[in-house]
Amino acid sequence: MSYTVQVVIMPLKELLDPQGKAVLGGLANLGLGAVTDVRVGKNITLQVDAASPEEAKGIGEQAAKQLLANAVMEYFEVTVL
Amino acid sequence: MKFGVVVFPGSNCDRDMLDALQYDLNQEVVPLWHKSEDISAFTTEDCIVLPGGFSYGDYLRCGAIARFSPIMKQVIAFANDGGKVYGVCNGFQILCESGLLPGALLRNERQQYICKNIFIKAEGSYKEQLKEDAGRFQGVYKIPVAHGEGRFYADPATLEALKANGQILFRYCDATGKETPESNPNGAIDNIAGISNAQRNVFGMMPHPERACSAVLGNEDGKKILTSLLMARQLVS
Repeated sequence: MSYTVQVVIMPLKELLDPQGKAVLGGLANLGLGAVTDVRVGKNITLQVDAASPEEAKGIGEQAAKQLLANAVMEYFEVTVL
Repeated sequence: MKFGVVVFPGSNCDRDMLDALQYDLNQEVVPLWHKSEDISAFTTEDCIVLPGGFSYGDYLRCGAIARFSPIMKQVIAFANDGGKVYGVCNGFQILCESGLLPGALLRNERQQYICKNIFIKAEGSYKEQLKEDAGRFQGVYKIPVAHGEGRFYADPATLEALKANGQILFRYCDATGKETPESNPNGAIDNIAGISNAQRNVFGMMPHPERACSAVLGNEDGKKILTSLLMARQLVS
């Protein structure tokens, strides 16, 4: 079976996200002053051959831990779509 | 002692490093293609250098993909055996990604790519170790930086360990040696510009000493740093 596995990676909450800050400034310039905070992360989808959704999720987690995310600065969530 | 400079796809300071080591420091130095898996010509007396640049286009995170280049397995084993490994800029990012150095390099606080001369000073045990060079190393050095992701970060426990073990090599400062927020180009935690591992055989720094090694370039401060850091027998704790 081929599963689509989604890995969402975000900068750790305690870290300054300069990219998010720049986007927040852009939104304010647009007139969307109601937006009070922006964090920018990554959304990575993987096509995974696996016997079960659990196995696919495990492979996604392994990919995230070893390469896709850096735990020093980011956290991630893995979902099988 | 000889040097090997690893060339990744997207490295762009490899030639500067080769040139500085060969012609300004008169060392034996060879380029090492990242696909090579054989660095058996190097002993623990030697030094492997990871140069600056944009390995793999900085895709995913700076240094994240280069860390899995074929040669890195050998470089990590070499470092674990006690060989000297030195990373500048993207090389520093690769060392952090590979786990040879603690912490990470985040996007600059002020959201800009910075390319300019800054001042750094040697710190702690490094300064102490080189006290015979006191005339040079208790001073302040003008070295260029060129990076978009140079904000050193480590969690509080790691930072404490870095301080306790004297692993902080360089801090950003002003021309008189004062650490000020203005002299910190990227928002690095505690003005940290360079660190070593606990064993003191792996070094990483964001500034580029190899770009400041020749009178023709108007700045030789980098030569002092490369000479003392890489050619000292061993930095002690």
